[in-house]
Amino acid sequence: MAQRILMKGNEAIAEAAIRAGCRHYFGYPITPQTEIAAYMAKKMPKIGGVFLQAESEVASINMVYGAAAAGMRVMTSSSSPGISLKAEGLSYIAGSDVPALVVNVQRGGPGLGGIQPSQSDYFQATKGGGHGDYRMIVLAPASVQEMASLTIKGFNLADKYRMTSMILADGTIGQMMEPISFEDAEIEVYEKPWALTGTNCERKHNVVNSLYLKPEALEVTNFERYERYKIVEENEPMWEEYMMDDAEICVVAFGIASRVAKNAIVAARQEGIKVGLIRPITLWPFPKEALRKAADKVKGFISVELSMGQMIEDVRLYTQCKRPVGLCNRCGGMIPSPDEVLASIRNAEKGVF
Amino acid sequence: MDHKRLTLFAGHYGSGKTNIAVNYALALANEGKKVCIADLDIVNPYFRTADSSEQLKAAGVDLIVPQFANSNVDLPALPAEAYRLVEDRSSFGVMDIGGDDRGAYALGRYVPFIKKENDYRMIFVANCYRPLTQAPEDALEVMREIEAACGLQFTDIVNNSHLGPLTDVQTVLDSVDYTEKLSQLSGLPIYMTTVRSDLAPEISKHIPNVLPLLLQEKYFDLPDQKH
Repeated sequence: MAQRILMKGNEAIAEAAIRAGCRHYFGYPITPQTEIAAYMAKKMPKIGGVFLQAESEVASINMVYGAAAAGMRVMTSSSSPGISLKAEGLSYIAGSDVPALVVNVQRGGPGLGGIQPSQSDYFQATKGGGHGDYRMIVLAPASVQEMASLTIKGFNLADKYRMTSMILADGTIGQMMEPISFEDAEIEVYEKPWALTGTNCERKHNVVNSLYLKPEALEVTNFERYERYKIVEENEPMWEEYMMDDAEICVVAFGIASRVAKNAIVAARQEGIKVGLIRPITLWPFPKEALRKAADKVKGFISVELSMGQMIEDVRLYTQCKRPVGLCNRCGGMIPSPDEVLASIRNAEKGVF
Repeated sequence: MDHKRLTLFAGHYGSGKTNIAVNYALALANEGKKVCIADLDIVNPYFRTADSSEQLKAAGVDLIVPQFANSNVDLPALPAEAYRLVEDRSSFGVMDIGGDDRGAYALGRYVPFIKKENDYRMIFVANCYRPLTQAPEDALEVMREIEAACGLQFTDIVNNSHLGPLTDVQTVLDSVDYTEKLSQLSGLPIYMTTVRSDLAPEISKHIPNVLPLLLQEKYFDLPDQKH
């Protein structure tokens, strides 16, 4: 049997990052992700890495920008309000085409909100957050094992496409404990000829920058960047299908909501309702094809979210509004119960979405 | 198992202190004792003693929780009534201390009372499957940090080694060597071994002093993880 350890979701992210070769962590404490920083503070000094608690979120994201420009595997982590503060840096990092890993262990919002779990930063993660035309790869773990495996995947994809990978988790997955293994970890290493590593007087200077004096040049850079994004959209969508083979109703849920949904689906199946789940693992790129195909065979969708309904817009978009899409949600730090999801499924069975 | 008037559970965060404190308080109540349990965790925002409040109330256990536990704010404030637990000697007291040395600072203010009464057990909760305490030496380091933070020495060890839903009898038996090593290094006895209740009968055949734990079902347990 694989050697297993019992980890909190937040610890799993930190340990996975270290195993992926991350030796630079810059952060600022905020509940409910503080264990990431605590773990890094304990381990980084022992392995010759850098743990630095910056003076603010803005400072920490710019330290990430600097270390990324130097070709390091680097990360920061925060929770919702802290990610808003990092938004400027996220845009600069995207505009400079350097790879980084950013973790958002979401809590209730808007504003200072609260410390209980939430998924209401979906728009912020998948549609921007910072200014300008850019995308981030957004990975949504639904277990502690995935907190680890998607962190490693996130570093790999960031280096491969020279962009930011965001782990979009929530407070519950950050805090809960499950046994995990690192046995299947696949760590990819990419050459970074663009990195600022010193020329040794042997090559031309590399420049990492997001400022373009000529609008024509900025436009071309954006066009080229979006060509790269197109490849990501073609190659990298990840999702899980659960009991979808004969499903007539499709629940769409990611992260913690998908776990609640699975319990509701098992209960609904016992009542004879044919219902399944599509769980997006990448929120960007969104698993469009899976949704498009499902729209051809199910009679409707239910989006289960810990928000006022954000992913539901993508569900409608990528099913081209062919079928009704209902919302089952709680917000502000509350989580839909399996019974609440089951009630939505029963309604859907009656044609009420 | 003999009981002291006060039982304190401390250890590395995520070692299982809260579950054990709740189950231990319930076990005392089952023996007909008057019991009070206090949540002194100023570190952990989720999964707290207060989650078991209904169960504790039903068993007649008096529960003291910080005002802001399970709320939407992260204020590490201790309830004034926690003094009741150390001062009211008519009741058995169980204290759930926050993780690591940072959590143990909260205990410091009660230590003079605890030492004066001198009828306590300060228990280190160990799980050899937790990443930062996988070696007995690392667990000992955490032990020493906690003692330095709160000013109270440990008196006993509880072996709570498990792998969540993957735990089987062998998982627990494999942890015996680790716990004995920790016991040797620290010079402290192993007070009990805590295991999920369905595993307790089998494990009791191999290990003395097993306390079966009733665990709360959580909304996020997956269909194949339920016991």
